[in-house]
Amino acid sequence: MAALINVPAKARRGDVIEIRALTSHIMETGFRHTVDGVLVPRDIITSFTCRYNGAEVFRAELFPAIAANPYLSFFTVAKESGKFEFEWIGDNGYSSTASASITVE
Amino acid sequence: MRLWRAIAAATLFAAAPALLAGEIPPDARRSGYSFMGPETRAMQDDDTSNPGMLFVLDGEALWTKKTGGAEKACADCHGDARGSMKGVAARYPAFDNALGRPVTLDQRINLCRANHQQATPLPYESRDLLALSAFVAHQSRGVAITAGDDPRLQPFVAQGRDLFMQREGQLNLACTNCHDDNFDRRLAGAPITQGQPTGYPLYRLEWQTLGSVERRLRSCMTGVRAQAYDYGSPELVALELYLMSRARGLPLETPAVRP
Repeated sequence: MAALINVPAKARRGDVIEIRALTSHIMETGFRHTVDGVLVPRDIITSFTCRYNGAEVFRAELFPAIAANPYLSFFTVAKESGKFEFEWIGDNGYSSTASASITVE
Repeated sequence: MRLWRAIAAATLFAAAPALLAGEIPPDARRSGYSFMGPETRAMQDDDTSNPGMLFVLDGEALWTKKTGGAEKACADCHGDARGSMKGVAARYPAFDNALGRPVTLDQRINLCRANHQQATPLPYESRDLLALSAFVAHQSRGVAITAGDDPRLQPFVAQGRDLFMQREGQLNLACTNCHDDNFDRRLAGAPITQGQPTGYPLYRLEWQTLGSVERRLRSCMTGVRAQAYDYGSPELVALELYLMSRARGLPLETPAVRP
């Protein structure tokens, strides 16, 4: 699925940087019914992780009350040049990944 | 003499409401953006926080995807959308020669699918249709709206204007009662805007997804407890055309974010 990642392209060593991740997902709560009274099954993202050169720097659990197309913003310290890897895992075997690079001077 | 003065006064009284209520002069036209809170504005302004951009990305992928019996992609005829589609959405709904009536951007995409790609039309409000029209309209971001300038569209603009001015539904309200006469006031705590369609298809937080101007019009009609026109009906196209001509000169914002 489409994802929009915002990681600064460059940072100085030791800088606190903001990372923003927006992904496409319907986040169906599992509490709604169709007009015929049939329950719409739950379909949400349940977990998000961000790894910085392999080491996990942020993890979030997601629940039915979270809006569609979840947007997460968090901070980390720029230590070395490399890659941020993002992973979203959800119901019905849903899995989506994205990555972004950073140059630390 | 006194009689004449009384008649003159009565005439003035009768004409006054018509003078007060009226169309918004061009320099007073404002996008719905100016009625939003700072958080929602920030969400629209940053392309990495604007959820509408997810649909634009999907549309970009669909633009180059071959489809239908003709095995053609949009890009096979139109090339790079950044050049070929720039300014196009600012002119829609546009007059179609073959049909002899205006068509919306969504309808144009489906006409292209039927005539040139031999593909099945995409249903209204489907993800793929919204994504394609968002991608196409996004190429016109910042371009001033000129829809309705074509003289052949005149009768359809007039039809749309009549619908805009016509009271309907159990609440017996016309579009103009809120969006010309009472914008900048509040309805159940929410600001009433001028109803300028500058950012469609747009991401509405209430919908949790992207939606077309027709969806927005239909939800207003349901709001005044009127029977909403069907998607793609001549009435909705005429209304969209009038609204676009009414927003003449305002820049397109697609994909906008609205509460």
